[in-house]
Amino acid sequence: MDNYPALIVVTPLLAALFAGLAAWIEERLSYPIALIGLAVSLFSGVKVLMQVIGSGPIVYRIAGWDAPMGIEYRIDLLNAMVLVLVSAIAFFNLIASCQSVNQETSDRAGSFYTIYLLFVTGLLGVTATGDLFNLYVLIEITSLTSYAMVALGDRDRGPMASLNYVFIGVIGASFYLLGVGYLYMQTGSLNMADVARILSGIHGSNTVLTAFILCMLGIWIKMALFPMHVWLPNAYAYSPVAFARVVAPLMTKVMVYVMIRLMITVFGFDYIFNTLHLSQAVVWLATIAILAGGVMALAQKNLKKMLAYIIVCEIGYMVGGAWMGNQLGMTGAILHILNDAVMTFALFLAVGNMVYRLKTVEISDLKGLFQKMPWTMTGFVLAGMSIIGVPPTCGFFSKWYLILGAFEQGAWHFAAALIISSLICAVLFFKVFEVCFFEPMPQGHGQAHAPVSIEEAPVAMLIVSGLVSISIIVIGLYSGAIVNSIILPFLH
Amino acid sequence: METIVSIKPLLAVLVTLFVIPVLVSSSSRPNVRESWIFVAGAVKLILVLSMLPVILDGKLIGLTLFEIAPGVSIAFRVDGLGMLFAIVAASLYIVTSIYSIGYMRGLDEHGQTRFVSFFALAISATMGAAFSANLLTLYLFYEVLSLATYPLVTHHQDGVSRISGRRYLAFILGTSIGFVLPAMMICYYLTGTLEFSQAGIFAGQLSKPAALVVLLMFVFGFAKAGIMPFHTWLPAAMVAPTPVSALLHAVAVVKVGVFSIVRVITGIFGVQMMADFNLGVVVMCIASVTILLASCIALSQDELKRRLAYSTISQLSYIIFGVALLSPQGLLGGVIHIAMHAFGKITLFFCAGAIFVATGKKYISQMSGLGRRMPFTFAAFFIGALGVIGLPPTGGFYSKWNLILGTLEAQQTIFMLVLLVSSFLNAFYFLPIVYKGFFGKLDDDDDDDDERSPVKIKEANLCLVIPLMITAVISIVLFFYPDIFVHLIKVGLALK
Repeated sequence: MDNYPALIVVTPLLAALFAGLAAWIEERLSYPIALIGLAVSLFSGVKVLMQVIGSGPIVYRIAGWDAPMGIEYRIDLLNAMVLVLVSAIAFFNLIASCQSVNQETSDRAGSFYTIYLLFVTGLLGVTATGDLFNLYVLIEITSLTSYAMVALGDRDRGPMASLNYVFIGVIGASFYLLGVGYLYMQTGSLNMADVARILSGIHGSNTVLTAFILCMLGIWIKMALFPMHVWLPNAYAYSPVAFARVVAPLMTKVMVYVMIRLMITVFGFDYIFNTLHLSQAVVWLATIAILAGGVMALAQKNLKKMLAYIIVCEIGYMVGGAWMGNQLGMTGAILHILNDAVMTFALFLAVGNMVYRLKTVEISDLKGLFQKMPWTMTGFVLAGMSIIGVPPTCGFFSKWYLILGAFEQGAWHFAAALIISSLICAVLFFKVFEVCFFEPMPQGHGQAHAPVSIEEAPVAMLIVSGLVSISIIVIGLYSGAIVNSIILPFLH
Repeated sequence: METIVSIKPLLAVLVTLFVIPVLVSSSSRPNVRESWIFVAGAVKLILVLSMLPVILDGKLIGLTLFEIAPGVSIAFRVDGLGMLFAIVAASLYIVTSIYSIGYMRGLDEHGQTRFVSFFALAISATMGAAFSANLLTLYLFYEVLSLATYPLVTHHQDGVSRISGRRYLAFILGTSIGFVLPAMMICYYLTGTLEFSQAGIFAGQLSKPAALVVLLMFVFGFAKAGIMPFHTWLPAAMVAPTPVSALLHAVAVVKVGVFSIVRVITGIFGVQMMADFNLGVVVMCIASVTILLASCIALSQDELKRRLAYSTISQLSYIIFGVALLSPQGLLGGVIHIAMHAFGKITLFFCAGAIFVATGKKYISQMSGLGRRMPFTFAAFFIGALGVIGLPPTGGFYSKWNLILGTLEAQQTIFMLVLLVSSFLNAFYFLPIVYKGFFGKLDDDDDDDDERSPVKIKEANLCLVIPLMITAVISIVLFFYPDIFVHLIKVGLALK
């Protein structure tokens, strides 16, 4: 069957439709529909990835229209990997979500699943498409759905966070659209491969330069690169946990993918690193993003917000790696898309479990949590280790490539920032562990160690949390294989 | 050298890891839980010893698990040095487990299942570090060990242990991420490999100043070795229950630090390069300062465990000192001190713990006269002290002897003074404890009805006394039969 590339994107879309309709009849029907839709999508994604590894990139023409008139999905190793990542996280998050969605958005579960599926559809489409304008449309689908989701969350602060997000998100989208407009002006085409072919002859053009800068600015706003991050912490902290768990690992990472796609496929390395001389400036920006993200995370009292600022910091890793201008840096950036998504997912799963039981994730309220929720905390510790970059968790290995890339380019400031951010993350996480481990303080030997009863999250949430935590180590140990079979062949 | 591929090193690492779920599941039945520890410990020791004949034969045992990047993998390779360390750690784990039972139950500690589980994890990591084939694998286990010991150090979960735990992590994790990681990346970036090899990996790719910087990053970065000024975590870590101080902070953790530095000197830089660039002398100076200063500080400590901790800091630098001599005798004396000091110092810690359980006393000034009530404990303490000072008939004499010969062989006679002065200081801070213990006056101003009044003090329970007797006896045995360890070192470092 050759329609797998389309199935990846279309099944969640159809499922969204049916889930919305079914919710009119019976609210409880929408959950299984969503689950089936994402399962099919994940299955197709894996199929496509195997096919791409086996026999090279797949070009799928929507409805049989040829490019540049029609829209085509061009799936190579990079986006096949991201597609599997997105559909897998969306699927597993849904498994973990059943109870928490009912708890948080009791009367609106149907609309939650519909928006959730649309959001995932958007992300998958963004990843699969080979068309610049189609990319814009799909980015807007993901953005609009996330605005809605954020507004569904915290009743007091959600709407305000959502409004902020809308304003900044719209600016980002406009930048990108404007950039695409300039490109269309210059090339008369919207198909990525076609545009790249035409651009390769006209590197000096100011129109292309403008287009490039506008596109990058737009994407950077969407991915929350410091100092364009201001929308992110509140939006993630006040959205429903079931949504935060999927938007935090995926949204920014897919945007990093888009940036890399534009850099490699559309504008080309040659143009970016030999004609433009921006790379050093961007690496500096990334360095500042890493440090600023870390420092701001230190100031947070809410666990979700702390994690949100860590995401800002991690964005710096990937942007810096991608703009390093060598293969090692780019390898690190791509590997980090995968690793960061998995470890952020693990962290937010743990946060989800905490919210489910405690109803709050103010760090000071997490006292005694190691005793109360030992499994959740095990997952949280593992993910934290990965963020710090302790081997053999996966976070170490992407950092490995990023630092090597920085060495090769002589970007010592970037290497130093990576090391410092590891140290900052160590402080961040141990600050949380301390609260969970030491408080309430027992009174000396043999007394007042009243056993705290275990109150874990529901089993489904725990299983997903456990699986993802294990995968942090498995992905770490097999990172050599991932680099050799996916990333390096893609870059060559 | 011939390398035999075998899964045994992996099994030896994993056996105490896989027993953890069993320990957790039997947490409500302490006796069942404890017997599982012994099963795992015994299996581990047997696995380690089963590799011994092959290693003594001059062969290596290797196993590559995961290829991480070109030229670097997660891999095990058992050689003489690793074997020596593994035997020491695996055998003392069993002894310490007996001791733990007595100590933890004697004090009715909370969270015993957590305690034994992380203990098992720490031993797995130690074994992994001993068997590492390259710097990356070593770093991996080094970090796992740091994290696994955190809940052990902070076991009491009170304010003091919280602050100590902070210091522990700040020094150990901070230096390993801040110094070792970049140094390791630099090595890999320059050479494309991190495998340990006798000849070193640099092959002239590093200028002398750069080599010095990288070396110092390693020496200070592996802060578990307790080189000053990154030593203060060790006295702080003494808030942990005594079995932890005994096995981890006299043997496993600190020795992993020293072992890592030995590996870097002998396997990454190579003895030849160290000698060519005169780097050995630099390391010796750093080690000498630590040896002398730590001994002096130990003199002023009244809390027994803290005195032992400073003594450990000083003794660890002996090992680095010996290896930095770069002469065959110095290398032999330094590395064998890993084993000799381990048995001596663990005996001392066991005694400190036994005294605490039996009498509740932590301070040396309270201990006069106790030796007459606890003769076995204080006799063992005396033997342990002899081992650390380096007097016959204990194994410690053998390493000191070789270290002194090493300074002569390397024509560094001045540094011999360091060893002699330090031995003198050691005697000065240990022997009075024994003397006062046996001949001092019991302070009996306590109420006679008090359960812990001096009259009623007697030896601690058998679970505490037997282990400390065992290690004391082994200390003496090693004086007469150090042959296996000597042979392992000669094979491991290709010494004549």
